[in-house]
Amino acid sequence: MHPAPSVIVFTTFSGLGFGLLFWLGLGMPAPTGMTAFVFFVLAYLCAVGGLLASTFHLGHPERFLKAFSQWQTSWLSREGIAAVVTLLIMALYGAGLVFLGAKWSVLGWLGALGSLVTVGTTSMIYAQMKTVPRWRHWSTPGIFVSFSLGGGALMAGQTTIALILLLVAAAFQIASWVIGDNQLANSGTTIETATGLGHIGKVRAFEPPHTGTNYLMKEFIHVVGRKHALKLRIIGAILGFAVPIAFLAVGVTHLTAFLAIASHVAGVLALRWLFFAQAEHVVGLYYGKR
Amino acid sequence: MTQLPTSTDKKLGLVIDLDTCVGCHACVVSCKGWNTENYGAPLSDQNAYSGAASGTFLNRVHSYEVQPPEGQAQLIHFPKSCLHCDDAPCVTVCPTGASYKRQEDGIVLVNESSCIGCGLCAWACPYGARELDAAEGVMKKCTLCVDRIYNENLPEEDRQPACVRTCPAGARHFGDFADPDSNVSILTAERGGMDLMPELGTSPVNKYLPPRPKDTSTDIDILAPYLTPVAEDGQGFIGWLDKALSAFPGGSK
Ligand code: SF4
Ligand code: SF4
Ligand code: SF4
Repeated sequence: MHPAPSVIVFTTFSGLGFGLLFWLGLGMPAPTGMTAFVFFVLAYLCAVGGLLASTFHLGHPERFLKAFSQWQTSWLSREGIAAVVTLLIMALYGAGLVFLGAKWSVLGWLGALGSLVTVGTTSMIYAQMKTVPRWRHWSTPGIFVSFSLGGGALMAGQTTIALILLLVAAAFQIASWVIGDNQLANSGTTIETATGLGHIGKVRAFEPPHTGTNYLMKEFIHVVGRKHALKLRIIGAILGFAVPIAFLAVGVTHLTAFLAIASHVAGVLALRWLFFAQAEHVVGLYYGKR
Repeated sequence: MTQLPTSTDKKLGLVIDLDTCVGCHACVVSCKGWNTENYGAPLSDQNAYSGAASGTFLNRVHSYEVQPPEGQAQLIHFPKSCLHCDDAPCVTVCPTGASYKRQEDGIVLVNESSCIGCGLCAWACPYGARELDAAEGVMKKCTLCVDRIYNENLPEEDRQPACVRTCPAGARHFGDFADPDSNVSILTAERGGMDLMPELGTSPVNKYLPPRPKDTSTDIDILAPYLTPVAEDGQGFIGWLDKALSAFPGGSK
């Protein structure tokens, strides 16, 4: 799949933002006044900034209101609704903390639940795709939710929880690589089933339908970046997990907390790039590519 | 409405005959022509007169080489357009309701004025049947020429998809799969019409007819015996001529 910057930025930052909102909603921490203001601004910058980035790749962003209508079948629609409802609830909860010094716990719990649901629906947009066998697996929601909660805990200053959740996230990531690398082969979809010609013999793409490129090839067949995949996996894992875990383990100061968060974000961006770049869409089979 | 109908009254679709398709791309051109001038946004091209041309098409023709375990490889031309799936994953993922499958005839369409151009439906289609138009920012796909098949302004013989009407080899057939006596149902039954990627559970309406088995007889023609080379290793005059000609510069040894 084409690793579009807007989608990478969107999933990374909205994941972090809703992760932070989750912990704020649970009252971990439950600051008031100015400190609360800073926490909530940070969370909303990430969550809303991410959501806005996701509109950059739309052909007609001005029609976005229509995207809230098909929640009965569409995960994208559900995600939009969950995100907006959660942001509204948490805005109210945050306003209580910032301006009134009041902690409306039930509202916070609802907001935390909403944050979890939002990240879950985001992950299902990818995990539902039968056309991308690598994504259609429990490890996809696993990655999205654990990254979000782990990164959120890191930003919320929940040292022990962050440490545990980042380890869990790393485990999900490694599982998705180990399993994902064989998902296309195990899916049973091949150029033979794609063309229905397997009963005759071995099928080879002989001549493509067009001499240049097209939407399908740009969007779904991304071969170039894959050759550095292993290096990027190592870099992503070190920045995203090893460095922040090391900082958390030796004890945090303001400076190391900042460094841990910065390193984690850089790592997750790299891992998200790989999430898309390494995903093989079955339409590539028609072009003899993957 | 992105809920799929539980069943459709008619199941309109195409039969594509991989045995007779000659790979001329006439259907590609007629499809582009009709659908640029009619239903919905035109099918744009980008950098059409450069070395890096690209554009939107609703129908494309691939070519495959198939190598049987024994004998010669076969070349098979493979036209591909929307299969108007009964279980269309492209419809259910659409957040806006722009994508829908019609209850009356099963045609899968995009309401372009509702489409936000998110591209998710193209992600969900295994067959590469949807392309986001780069100029209009809306999703384009085969309409089964819905503006031809019911169009009473056209002469009767033209009330079928442009690609079907154009195909010089008669490799594309249009009809109602819900009717067991229709041309397409009979063709599918007689020739073993098949689904593409059946394992993905999309239940395509369009069917593909596999190439017929190749003739295995070694006698290609009754005249063949008379056309075999007279002498493989020439003797006498032929032998001398062969040697003499081979001795010229550029002659084969
Ligand atoms: S071929 Fe693709 S676009 Fe057409 S109905 Fe099936 S899934 Fe949808
Ligand atoms: S691109 Fe348009 S038709 Fe396709 S899923 Fe998005 S809104 Fe629906
Ligand atoms: S039915 Fe019409 S829109 Fe569909 S491939 Fe044929 S010509 Fe194109």
